Amino acid sequence: MTDLIYREFILDHYKNPQNYGVLENPDKDVSELNPLCGDEIHLTLKLKNKQIESIAFESVGCAISKASASLFTEEIKGKTVKEVSSIKSQEVLDLLEVELTPARIKCALLIHQTVLKSVSGV
Amino acid sequence: MFNNIKKDFPIFLSYPDLVYLDSASTSQKPQVVIDAVMDFYKKKNANIHRGIYKLAEEATAAYEHTRDLTSQFINAISRNEIIFTGNTNHAINLVAEGWGRKFLKKGDIVVLTEMEHHANVIPWLRLKDEIGIELVFIPLDNEGKLEKIEITKSVKFVSLTHISNVLGTVNPIEEIIADIKKQNADVKVLIDAAQSIAHLPVDVQKIGCDFLAFSSHKMLGPSGVGVLWTKEILLKEMSPFMVGSHMIKKVTKEKVEYANLPDKFETGTGNLEGVVGLGAAITYLQKLGLENIQKHDKTLTNYALKKLQSIPYLKIHGPQTVDNRIGIFSFDILGVHPHDVAQILDGNNIAIRSGHHCCQILMNTLGVPATARASFYFYNSEQDVDKLISGTELVRKTFLA
Repeated sequence: MTDLIYREFILDHYKNPQNYGVLENPDKDVSELNPLCGDEIHLTLKLKNKQIESIAFESVGCAISKASASLFTEEIKGKTVKEVSSIKSQEVLDLLEVELTPARIKCALLIHQTVLKSVSGV
Repeated sequence: MFNNIKKDFPIFLSYPDLVYLDSASTSQKPQVVIDAVMDFYKKKNANIHRGIYKLAEEATAAYEHTRDLTSQFINAISRNEIIFTGNTNHAINLVAEGWGRKFLKKGDIVVLTEMEHHANVIPWLRLKDEIGIELVFIPLDNEGKLEKIEITKSVKFVSLTHISNVLGTVNPIEEIIADIKKQNADVKVLIDAAQSIAHLPVDVQKIGCDFLAFSSHKMLGPSGVGVLWTKEILLKEMSPFMVGSHMIKKVTKEKVEYANLPDKFETGTGNLEGVVGLGAAITYLQKLGLENIQKHDKTLTNYALKKLQSIPYLKIHGPQTVDNRIGIFSFDILGVHPHDVAQILDGNNIAIRSGHHCCQILMNTLGVPATARASFYFYNSEQDVDKLISGTELVRKTFLA
């Protein structure tokens, strides 16, 4: 039995993540770590009028964390800092369209924490 | 002897399809251990070392009986050398704080290895930060074996694991300790026996160490119980790590006189039923025979090693031959993240561990953020290995499809 969470949709985002890389001269440059598994996301973004103009991430992590980062960075492009700050964890999980176990939820939410860290105080 | 052994472990009755390959993390518990814990609550429950009524005497006797069993199990010279702690990590803290903080000075060197569990790194890192000792980490060769330990004049303490919880490497600790003591007999040596205690005969006198630490939960016993073994002469000069009730002889407003060994190091009411359960685990292990467990281990490790090595897309970290290793395998499948490997295997009821295994220093040496790890014990069979092998094929299919 193949695990249900490894659907084509997730694997596509894992193999070809959107917004993958590092921006030059970013306005924000942050990293966040999941101490439980050692996964790490490095996020850079450019802001214009308190709006996310461009965003890029690079990560060491599992398929779930990478797919989630791909989907979420795509989702928030163009949004204002205020809009992004009010996004709830569940909305991030909903983007994946799969049920995750508690241990894997942490993988999926690492990008959320990283993004919140990057826009805090803007 | 081990063919029907799963029937001794109720977890396999609850989940007949479970392929449990995470014993390096914690072992499953046989019925006799579960019964001993339950029996304590049903028939012996009272606080120990306090009441003079019959029930309290029984509880004390049951608890102290485990001290005798443990003492025999590791061939200690005296039962007073056995200190019950919360786990291995707690036991190592007791040594770092009780011996290290008292006898180590700024500039003294404590030698560790690159394969140590955080339990045997952080207590020493704290002393580095707080009193200025220095740490030297012994590197590993390509197959995960330790390089030689040079004992310079400043080296006062060596703390190393018997078996790597990531690579399965069995360190030749008797030779290593003989060599250390030959270079300088005053250097103290601690052995982290958390993995080895369940897999091979551990004889503290033969090993020649000064301290040895292990946990009950990896050797079929309850969690929340650990053991520190130390020579009486060292225990007498060490400070207690935790102070308070039970560990005293006399208390006034001005001062305290500590209790004799081993009570000096056991403060507060401990995990009574857990200690009693550990006794049952030791009795069960002795009935099976550590030599027999070791033999079964070797056969299964050899089988698993050959099967895993025959998979072209799988790479095993650590020793590539059955000598000086046990059945703990960290492996990589085509760079697929260990969490994904573990999740896919879990879909087939195969429980393995993924992560850094509390060994971030070793992960750094290996150049990976994490590993997938399958670890075997005597209740595992060749069929379990075969299921793992089929599972790895599923990982390949999922990620390369």
